[in-house]
Order: sequence, then C-alpha cells, then structure tokens
Amino acid sequence: MPGLEDLYREIILDHYRNPRNRGELESPPALRAEGFNPLCGDEVVIYLAMGGDVITDLKIAGQGCSISQSSASMMSAAVKGKTLAQARSTIRAFRAMMSLHGQALDGHGDGASGGGGTGAVGPEEDERTGAEVAAAEGVSLGDLEALQGVVKFPVRIKCATLSWHTLAQALDEAEKGAGPD
Amino acid sequence: MALNDFGPPLDVARIKKDFPILDRVVHGKRLVYLDSASSAQKPLPVLDAMQRYYETTHANVHRGVYQIAQEATELYEGARAKVAAFIGAAAPAEVVFTKNATEAVNLVAYTWGRANLGTTDAMVTSEIEHHANFVPWLQLHQEKGTELRFLPLGEDGTLDLDQLDQLLDGAKLLAVTAASNVLGTLPPVRLLADAAHAAGALVLVDGAQYVPHLPTDVREMGADFVAFTGHKMLGPTGIGALWGRRELLESMPPFLTGGEMIRDVRLDGFTTNDVPWKFEAGTPPIAEAVGLGAAVDYLNGLGMSAVRAHEQALTAYAMRALKERYGDDISIHGPPPGSERAGIVSFAYKDVHAHDLSQVLDQAGVCVRAGHHCAKPLMRRLGVTATARASFSVYNDEADVDVLVDAIGQADALFG
Ligand SMILES: Cc1ncc(COP(=O)(O)O)c(C=O)c1O
Repeated sequence: MPGLEDLYREIILDHYRNPRNRGELESPPALRAEGFNPLCGDEVVIYLAMGGDVITDLKIAGQGCSISQSSASMMSAAVKGKTLAQARSTIRAFRAMMSLHGQALDGHGDGASGGGGTGAVGPEEDERTGAEVAAAEGVSLGDLEALQGVVKFPVRIKCATLSWHTLAQALDEAEKGAGPD
Repeated sequence: MALNDFGPPLDVARIKKDFPILDRVVHGKRLVYLDSASSAQKPLPVLDAMQRYYETTHANVHRGVYQIAQEATELYEGARAKVAAFIGAAAPAEVVFTKNATEAVNLVAYTWGRANLGTTDAMVTSEIEHHANFVPWLQLHQEKGTELRFLPLGEDGTLDLDQLDQLLDGAKLLAVTAASNVLGTLPPVRLLADAAHAAGALVLVDGAQYVPHLPTDVREMGADFVAFTGHKMLGPTGIGALWGRRELLESMPPFLTGGEMIRDVRLDGFTTNDVPWKFEAGTPPIAEAVGLGAAVDYLNGLGMSAVRAHEQALTAYAMRALKERYGDDISIHGPPPGSERAGIVSFAYKDVHAHDLSQVLDQAGVCVRAGHHCAKPLMRRLGVTATARASFSVYNDEADVDVLVDAIGQADALFG
C-alpha cells in the first residue's frame, strides 16, 4: 500500500513552497493558455514567450494543490530555454512517467480539461518508462522524476498533468503562430 | 422546539450496525465516513429490499397481467406513495421519479421553463446554488434570453435578502436551494416563497440536501416544485424525484418521450399519459424505487425530528471541537451552528490545499470531500478554488468527529 511519503516527496514540497517561474507575462505578445481541472477546480494559466522556436520565457499563474503546483513549477524549469521540439519531447517523457502512453497529452486537439480516464490505460505498444523515453528523446526529467509516486494515487494524476495539458495547448498555439514549415 | 418534540434520540451505536460498509478498514483504520452530503451510505433494509425484489418479484411495471408484474407495479407505486407521504405531498401523483435531483430540475427547465419563459421574463436564483440548480437556468437564459438574477450571499454565510423584492419584480421563477451543500446554509424558504408568489413567480426548491436531513412538508415550504435525490437519503443511486403541484404538472408538456409516458400513439401524433407517468418515459428504475421506499421507511423509523436534532447537535460539536483544537488555524465557512445550519462543515486548515488535506485524512480512514462541490460561482464568491467538507448523517457520532479533528493536525508533518 503506497504511503503519503510516496506522494509528497521533499522535492515536490519544495517546489510547492517555492514555485519557480511564478507570475504573468504581458499577453500579447506572450501566448496565454488556461487549464481547469473540472473535478476539483484547480486552475493554471501559462504564459509563453517565444523567440523563433525557442521558449525564451515562461510564467505560471493559477491556484491548486501541492501536486498540481509543484508539477507546474518543475515543468516550467524543465522547458524554459528549450526548443518547441525539446518541450514536446519532455511532454512525451512525462506522459510516459505518468503511464499515460496512449493519451494525447502532447496537444493537437487534446482539450486541457478533457474528462475520461485517470491514466489506467490498457496494454500499449509503448511501455517504456519516463526515464527511457527521456533518454531516447535526449531530454532530462530531472526533478520531475519525483512525481513518479503520483501514479500510485490515480485520482491525483489529473492534478499532476493539468499544467502539461495546458502547456501542450500553448505549444499548439506557438506552432500555429510559427506557420507551417 | 421542546426536547420531547424530537422523539427518542438516535441510538447511533445501533444504527452503525445497519450499515455494513462502516465495518470496512482502509489504510489499516476504521472507515470514518464524513461525506454523506456527496452520497450517503445504505442500510441493510435498503439493500435487502432491492435484493429481495430482484430475487422474488422483478418484472416490468404497468404492463404485465401476470402475478409478479402486478406485484412489481404495486411495489413501484407503493414506493411513490411512501415518498409522497414523507414530503407531505397532497397525492402520490405529484411525485415524479427521475434519475436524480439534477434531472428533476432539468425536467422543469425543459418543460415548464421552455413553455413559459421568454425574452421579457426574469428568473431569480442565488449565489449559493449547486450547479444542478444553476446551469439549467443559465442555459435557458442563453437560449431564450430570459434574464437571470441572483440573490447574493451575505457576510454571515446566509443569503442577503435586502433586494429581495426588487429582484423578484417581474420574475416568473424563483429557483433556490433549501440547504447549501457547501455552507450548510438553510435559507428561509417559506419567506422566499411567499415573496415570490406575491410577485407572481413560481418557486422551485432544490431539496437535495434538505429532504434527507430535516422534516419536510412541501406544502408548508410554499414551494411549487421540489427536487431531491435518493442516494443522499440512504437510498440507491439512479433514482430521484420531482414533486410538483398537480395542476402545474398537468399543464406542462412532456419531457422525454417514448414508452410509458403515452396514452395513445397514431402515425401522426400522440397523447400523453396522466401525471406522474407522463414524465416517466421508458422502463423506470424499479428496484431503485423499491430501495428508496425502504430508505424512507428507515428514516421514518428513526423519526426525522430526531435525525435533525442529532445532526444539528453533531454539527455544533464538530465546529466547537475544530475551533478548540486549532483556533485561528482553522476557518469554517457558513453560518454559525444552530437552527439555520445543516450538517455540513466546509473548512480550511492553515493554507493546506483541500486536496492535500483530504489525502492526509484518507490515511486516517476519514472520508471528506475536497473540491468546488459543484458550486463554482459560490467558490469564486468565497475567493477560494476548493474547500474540504465534512458532512454528517444518522450513522455519525462524536467519535467520528474526534477522529477527523485528530487527523487534521497530521498535515503539519508535510505542510507545516
Ligand atoms: C444542493 C444540491 N443540489 C443538487 C444536487 C444534485 O444531486 P444529484 O447529483 O443526485 O442529481 C446536489 C448533489 O451534490 C446538491 O448538493
């Protein structure tokens, strides 16, 4: 039986108490995306400043529990200064860590507040761990690995993924803005 | 009210034995269920009645000529009569079985509302409504352009009635809760209903959190419609009810259409059945009705005045115990304990998020709700995104509250 210490790792509590990249950016020019967790009312707003295909700045506003807030904070640290492609890779690695291989966490029509499953997906062609996906994609999950324990608390997976859904939306916008290539 | 009006007080130790789920152990702890406002647990007589029905009597209702079909129909209609008596309805025909309270409100919005409300009309609801008694009216507003007005929340967790008459001026409907599922507020429904009627408006009361916990007389309430739901009153899920004044129900167009609700169908038209069947299209939730009837019997056996006295006292005990232990570290939303508060306590502890708090409480076996409680406009008004909420029923006692109070402090280890 998982205990609370599996969920509330020290690093998570640290990001919760001292959230990184908290704030807002003027929008426009920054892109802005909002996500809601319809189950609990948590809200996240992501501001994304792009320079070419690089995320030059990123700020996070909103309110939520320790899991949603720390996940957003760690995510911001992981993707700031990275390219769109690297950010997508990080999302894929995070998705794998949350055992959400089959689900469209990387945007493209995936509503930020989409209902449905809690992550208990059936057999999947991609059974790799988050670390394996990260290695293959050439990105690092870093502190985010601490969120691994959330998988054992299925109702909290949506807390952890809220900001990622929202980031995926913002990246969709950024790609639209960059035009087809 | 004098003590002897309540009848004998509840023997909670005995009552607990009627609820098998309370024997469960979670995370090595006794299950302490404090989320009855979300959904109540079920006593053995309810479970047995449903099991017995399926084992001995099941057949479709209002159709078969054979013995068990007749018996099933009698059980189904008998349940309706029990529910009608429980809420003081003039006749069983005034009770329409629905899926839940949400469907009951929607029934009125889709039938009476769409037939009677237009661009030049107004509806009044309140800031403390559950989405079930809010979104259907918002939708009507969006579709029909009917103005939607709100009774505001006052400072003390009760409704602010200063503008009541102005708000009701020109209104055709007042849709208001009899008990807030977040704050426990018990608005003065009779007073509101009288004012609404004086202004020419009909009154729909959301009784989802009231009917299970307080003696209910729909005619004394002064309502025209009352919506409530079986699973919050010790009955099964999948059944609720709309009570409506008979002549109103008769004047309304049907809701869902198909079998059961018709009198005659030709290739070019149909006529509807009498009330209440006019609103019960398709095969109804028969076993669930039987279960709800058994739940009503169970509550009557306890006595609703005794139920209310017990829950009111337990709520006061909980609010006192939380404050005594945690002082300013705990903040409790809603009115003070007493006759204007139902057995619902929404609270915040330090700045621990409600999700995190309920996760900690879960480890102690305590079930509380954390979230927006389907009342987002109210949460915005309170300036919070989520609260933790403990709510009480007949099977809770002071020992349950003590477990809750002890467990809250365990959040300090992580979030202190
Ligand atoms: C005040 C209130 N109204 C309506 C409802 C809706 O009940 P149901 O979900 O059974 O339709 C609830 C349930 O949470 C409630 O608390």
